[in-house]
Amino acid sequence: MSELILDAPEPQEEEMAVGTAVSDDPVARAAALLKERFPDAVSDDPREGYSGLMVDVDKLVEVATALRDDFGFNYLSSVTGVDLLSENKLEAVYHTYSLDQGGDALVLHVQVDRDNPSIPSLVPVWPGADFQEREAWDLIGIHFAGHPDLRRILTWDGFNGHPLRKDWKEPFFEEEKKPFGSRWPDGGVFRAEEKNPFGKNVQYPAGWQPTGNEYDVETDMYLPGETHVVDPGTGIKTDKVTVNIGPQHPSTHGVFRMVVVLDGETVVDLKPVMGYLHRNHEKIGERNTFIQNIPYTDRLDYLSSMSNNHGYVLAVEKLFGMEVTERAEWLRILMVELTRICNHLWALGFLLNDLGALQTPMLYFYLERELILDFFEATAGSRMMCNYMRFGGVAYDLPDDVRGTPTLQFLEELIYGNLPRVLDQGDQLITGNEIVRSRCIGVGVLSREDAIAYSTAGPVLRASGVQYDVRRANPYSFYPHLDFDIPVRFNGDVMDRYDIRMEEMRQSLRILQQVLPHIKATTGQKINSDKPQYALRAPRAGEAYGRVENPKGELGYYITARRREGNPDRYHVRAPSFINLTPLGKMCQGHKVADIVVILGSIDIVLGEVDR
Amino acid sequence: MTKQIGVDSPDMVVPQELQNNVWITNIAKILDPVYNWGRRNSVWPMVFGLACCAIEMICTAASRYDLARFGMEVFRATPRQSDLMIISGTVTKKMVPTIVRLYNQMPEPRYVLAMGACASGGGPFKEGYSVVDGIDKFLPVDVYVPGCPPTPQALINGLIALQEKIDQQSIATVPWYGKGDPTADGVVPIPVLGPDLVDMRQLDIIRQQAAKVEATAAAGPETEAATE
Ligand code: SF4
Repeated sequence: MSELILDAPEPQEEEMAVGTAVSDDPVARAAALLKERFPDAVSDDPREGYSGLMVDVDKLVEVATALRDDFGFNYLSSVTGVDLLSENKLEAVYHTYSLDQGGDALVLHVQVDRDNPSIPSLVPVWPGADFQEREAWDLIGIHFAGHPDLRRILTWDGFNGHPLRKDWKEPFFEEEKKPFGSRWPDGGVFRAEEKNPFGKNVQYPAGWQPTGNEYDVETDMYLPGETHVVDPGTGIKTDKVTVNIGPQHPSTHGVFRMVVVLDGETVVDLKPVMGYLHRNHEKIGERNTFIQNIPYTDRLDYLSSMSNNHGYVLAVEKLFGMEVTERAEWLRILMVELTRICNHLWALGFLLNDLGALQTPMLYFYLERELILDFFEATAGSRMMCNYMRFGGVAYDLPDDVRGTPTLQFLEELIYGNLPRVLDQGDQLITGNEIVRSRCIGVGVLSREDAIAYSTAGPVLRASGVQYDVRRANPYSFYPHLDFDIPVRFNGDVMDRYDIRMEEMRQSLRILQQVLPHIKATTGQKINSDKPQYALRAPRAGEAYGRVENPKGELGYYITARRREGNPDRYHVRAPSFINLTPLGKMCQGHKVADIVVILGSIDIVLGEVDR
Repeated sequence: MTKQIGVDSPDMVVPQELQNNVWITNIAKILDPVYNWGRRNSVWPMVFGLACCAIEMICTAASRYDLARFGMEVFRATPRQSDLMIISGTVTKKMVPTIVRLYNQMPEPRYVLAMGACASGGGPFKEGYSVVDGIDKFLPVDVYVPGCPPTPQALINGLIALQEKIDQQSIATVPWYGKGDPTADGVVPIPVLGPDLVDMRQLDIIRQQAAKVEATAAAGPETEAATE
């Protein structure tokens, strides 16, 4: 990884020219070779502002297999469905990476007719496409032929239509794009309920008559199959039991649900069920103006709002070709790394809670987390939903003081005092604890191959022996200037994921210690570009993909826009929590019921991001 | 309900010499403060986090803000043991049947606190297609706490408001000691998921609307949608 630091580009030159046949760029090289191998099926994307390759739908699986096996692009990061209404097409966009070489994404675009939208499923090539394809089926209506289990995932079975299609209107629909004519410039406001015949946020298809008892949308989620198991030794037949955990369950970290098939105490099969917090992030995001989306990104992974902001502004800055001021970059890193510590403290507190160390470690960790939140509150005005970053900079400079202590002194005490102390304390009390170790070691193992195939990211990927961190592999912001290590573990069990998080917090502290002098040195400098942000319009048509290493893994934003438009055309979030859940079933198989919550805790999900 | 007795009652005459020794009141007036004092200081909330607001709810219960000061730190994982349902976050259509079912499972006395903009009225996600615009469309809400998310201080303020509300209740008039099946009034029909969320109390309106749409569709095929 270290050679990546040396030849990393200057932060402002991040916009890499993918596709301009520079043969030492792995992406360009792979693209050229692919075009050579599949001359009829693969071509450059002809659209203005689009990079990547256009792939013929019939050859997709072959191309993907070749990409994975022969060109080293072994990691499918994100699958995005796009509705191209004006061209009467639906599109699937695949972002693939090479974990060994690092660098940018090789993007595949596949277009199909809107009337018969069928694309071969990539689950046989990358199992990590599973949930993402289900999402694209659910929300956009692309049928993935050959998908093993193509059901709705975020809405429910029986839901009317595919909501992210451009011609699908929600019950409270007002206008295609914001700002709505009713609000601006006249400032008139009405309540959406008043216009809806039912007085609430619902609508029904024409002519639909309720009978009142025909729904049982839940049973189909229970798994079909064998109802009993036979012990090979004794021949004793035991019934399998299907148990439903969640969505209201204290250990599912929110409204998450698992349907578990048990043989006694042992998990035979587990399927996650989600969508209980599906808040239409993307549909709302496509109506919003660019700037209006920033506060919404706060609410994705609501434990790390600062990093969510960062990913989004990076994507938009890429699209706009905007520069970021120096102080703003340092401030961003300061915030993002503090967020990482915040998040990991929370995650470990909860993991221990799930392990049965009820509350005590959690309460210790939260005491320090509160200090970070104090700093966020003093700076951004809110403890959790910071809404702090702006295109080209950040919203506010540091305050003079935090709860009566001068800000820099507060930060120094935090970074050199409180936080290392709580980590040491945690290490002493917990890491070596016999109960913790015996419950964590060897539990929920995810092999290196599986971790890659299932598109996991972040601590989950790194605990399985893949040293991949976007901050190093595809550097952004000022990370190339900073000295830090990417921790990696090789067993892929719960203990390793715990270790990784502990270690990452220490690395974040290292980064913060390097950032502080720069914050001091740049005091008084500009923190934002001068352009008024609300009026921003896309200077060019095209797509942009911004990704950051969030505490939970790679968070990516896929944005397309038209020229001179103030709203994104397609706005998709590659949510690490969501995709990290894909191998959950596999990780839990063979373990006991009590281990399920621990394994889930070690993945560290946040439902706001899982369901969006 | 009970026959009016006590000092207010006209047929209650206390002899002069006893007036300093006897205090005549009704039983509710004696019991209410004790009864309410007990209840207000042991409101057990349900462990029930919906979204971002739940994080602040946990912080409220955690080290710094320490909900235990109000006797409310005993979060119960089952509705059968809880008194208070804190709706801490966005209520989605997929989730609301579960929430209503949980509410119905809570024994009286039970209270609902809508925490944050989402639970109170849909919040930032109100316009979304799968979000319920406020839990009060389904459940009776006792206290609304504004904010997105409300700070722990705000939540504590809301809980104190709930305590004040409890203080004003009287053992003589609370519905759960009344005649008949006290829970029958409180049971909210569980909504179901069809093509959209179906509130069982609105079946008639839905049928009417469908008929109306059919009529207009017969008149002219251009008006297809069930809503405008
Ligand atoms: S009110 Fe705000 S913080 Fe609370 S759940 Fe809704 S969006 Fe999240």
